[in-house]
Amino acid sequence: MRVALFVTCLVDGLFPDVGKATVTLLERLGHEVVVPRGQTCCGQMHVNTGYARMALPVVRNHVEAFADADVVVTPSGSCTAAVRHQHADVAREHGDRGLADAAAQVGQRTYELSEFLVDVLGLTDVGAYFPHRVTYHPTCHSLRLLRVGDRPEQLLRAVRGIDLVELPAADECCGFGGTFALKNPDTSTAMLADKMAAVVGTGARVLTAGDSSCLMHIGGGLSRLRTGVRPLHLAQVLASTADAPTAVTR
Amino acid sequence: MTFLGMPTLSGEPFPTAARAALGDAQLRRNLAKATGTIRAKRARVVEELPDWAGLRAAGAAIKDATLADLDTHLLAFEADLVARGTTVHWARDGAEAARIVTDLVAATGTREVIKVKSMAGAEIGLNDAFDAAGIAPIETDLAELIVQLGHDRPSHILVPAIHRSRAEIRDLFRREMPGVAPDLTDEPAALAEAARRFLRHKFTTVDVAISGANFAVADTGSLVVVESEGNGRMCLTLPRTLISVVGIEKLVPTWSDLEVFLQLLPRSSTGERMNPYTSVWTGPTEGQTAHVVLVDNGRTATLADTVGRAALRCIRCSACLNSCPVYARTGGHAYGSVYPGPIGAVLSPQLTGVAHNRTLPYASSLCGVCQDVCPVAIDIPSILVHLRGKVVEDHAPVAEAAAMRALAWAMADAGRWRRLLRAGRLGRALGRRRDRIGSLPPPLSAWTGTRDAPRPPRQTFRDWWESR
Repeated sequence: MRVALFVTCLVDGLFPDVGKATVTLLERLGHEVVVPRGQTCCGQMHVNTGYARMALPVVRNHVEAFADADVVVTPSGSCTAAVRHQHADVAREHGDRGLADAAAQVGQRTYELSEFLVDVLGLTDVGAYFPHRVTYHPTCHSLRLLRVGDRPEQLLRAVRGIDLVELPAADECCGFGGTFALKNPDTSTAMLADKMAAVVGTGARVLTAGDSSCLMHIGGGLSRLRTGVRPLHLAQVLASTADAPTAVTR
Repeated sequence: MTFLGMPTLSGEPFPTAARAALGDAQLRRNLAKATGTIRAKRARVVEELPDWAGLRAAGAAIKDATLADLDTHLLAFEADLVARGTTVHWARDGAEAARIVTDLVAATGTREVIKVKSMAGAEIGLNDAFDAAGIAPIETDLAELIVQLGHDRPSHILVPAIHRSRAEIRDLFRREMPGVAPDLTDEPAALAEAARRFLRHKFTTVDVAISGANFAVADTGSLVVVESEGNGRMCLTLPRTLISVVGIEKLVPTWSDLEVFLQLLPRSSTGERMNPYTSVWTGPTEGQTAHVVLVDNGRTATLADTVGRAALRCIRCSACLNSCPVYARTGGHAYGSVYPGPIGAVLSPQLTGVAHNRTLPYASSLCGVCQDVCPVAIDIPSILVHLRGKVVEDHAPVAEAAAMRALAWAMADAGRWRRLLRAGRLGRALGRRRDRIGSLPPPLSAWTGTRDAPRPPRQTFRDWWESR
């Protein structure tokens, strides 16, 4: 299958290893990956902070970049939700019906990574090897906007060598919320503190999730407290093999 | 006793009020325990129903249909009330509603009124209006009484004193409740007994009662109050004058519609299959004078907003408060509005104006749990985002708007975006310890106060992709 990768602005600019892992994984599974050149960002931060009008050209850029793709995969539940649930609305609210229709089309063909692997490819065992104790944080938008359910856990359980441990109060928000973390730093930090305590309590060496944004938040806290727990995106765990293992130390 | 994070309904920004609340360890313990307990109870009783989703969809549909035809239902409701001997008053805003009620009380010559717990009463500032008119209001709901004795403000829709521990309540009763035993313990039964003795005397001696209504049935002119303690029922039946303050969105068309909500409300609010007391009255009882004050106070304006109007479906169950990770840590006072929590963050700005509540739409991480637990399926996150748009329209912070504009400009074009990311690599100079950045300038210092920021990589994904 020819798969268009929406790498997301955060992965492109700050976490390229997550994008590389996604490419490695998809190619290992026998698919052709293309990266449409025109892509930048889904514009979710603008929309969610109240700047939907400013987001309109960003949405238009995204829709144009992926208009020709048969299927779009992105290593982010949050960005998938924005593309699927926000883009058409933003276009419609600003009177651009043509863009709204095109956005709805792109939205229908866009999948979060675990959705794509389980639903489209019908896989739960992607041939990964990752011999570490791992705990999984289901990010809010994956959980409640996309309803990915236990797809990520199905994929993780099939990883050879993994010691997957359950995260207490897993479905509670980590306190990132985009600009929420900047606008309400104290509340965000209080939420983060509880999430970190839960993570550290599992004894896991690696915290994984389907969103680099939440991992940046929790990982930033774990690093500040020198917990030694390493945040890794689900794609990085699934891309790991015995021949080319994903490094846990750095 | 000092009340950290207390209440200024004067519009202290949420982040400021939240900071104070977060610093109160006792408050955070009380909140975590109470919301955790009620959340688990709710989940259990919702789980046991075979078709909660269907019931929830029915509730949402009934409310939407009623709101779409609200004028017709209101006129029918008024006609029923009048025909059965109730006097109906219409109030455009809270001040007018409060004036109508205080005038009615003053006309009876009474100086003391007993009150059934009511969010509408709180919304129109009834107690302050009574104080100003020299009338003493007595709260009969146990939690409201605790709040009143503490010269405090409610911090929760259903459990106004959720921020208080049993020990705090015992101390409060010992200090403030007339005739209480000095050796009162903090056993729930002992506290309830003390309140019962105090209230019994009031029920039998005060002549005027004030209530709200959980529901108003249009085709029979009935009012419904749902409660746990039975104190409301005492107020509804004993006094000679009963004045009910009812928001115009409380209407349901028929009794069979009511059936849906009487299943949704108790399970969502207290986690019970059914609440202990449901009182329904259709017109005054013999020898009683009854008034109903129908309150708009921003509801018509809210109804005109196609996105925001869904907030008027709210049946005040407080499931969103009990589930919200923000509420669970800051408590209700931080919201600085009568309606706290996620529903308050969408309701208060709509009822009282976005200009006075600029930080409330941002008091959420948009995690979506509020929408998941809402028994009438209000998409609270989408309304929050919609209201953020309204805040930005008139009051966008200058620096934030400029940064957003610049970013959007770069993000609208792949070439500009690539150049911006490449420039971002200059940020590598800031990183030292373990490839992490420990300190950034404002406004990003809000991030690095408690978290390390990632150090920009040597190569963006895009540059790697094109070089491979």
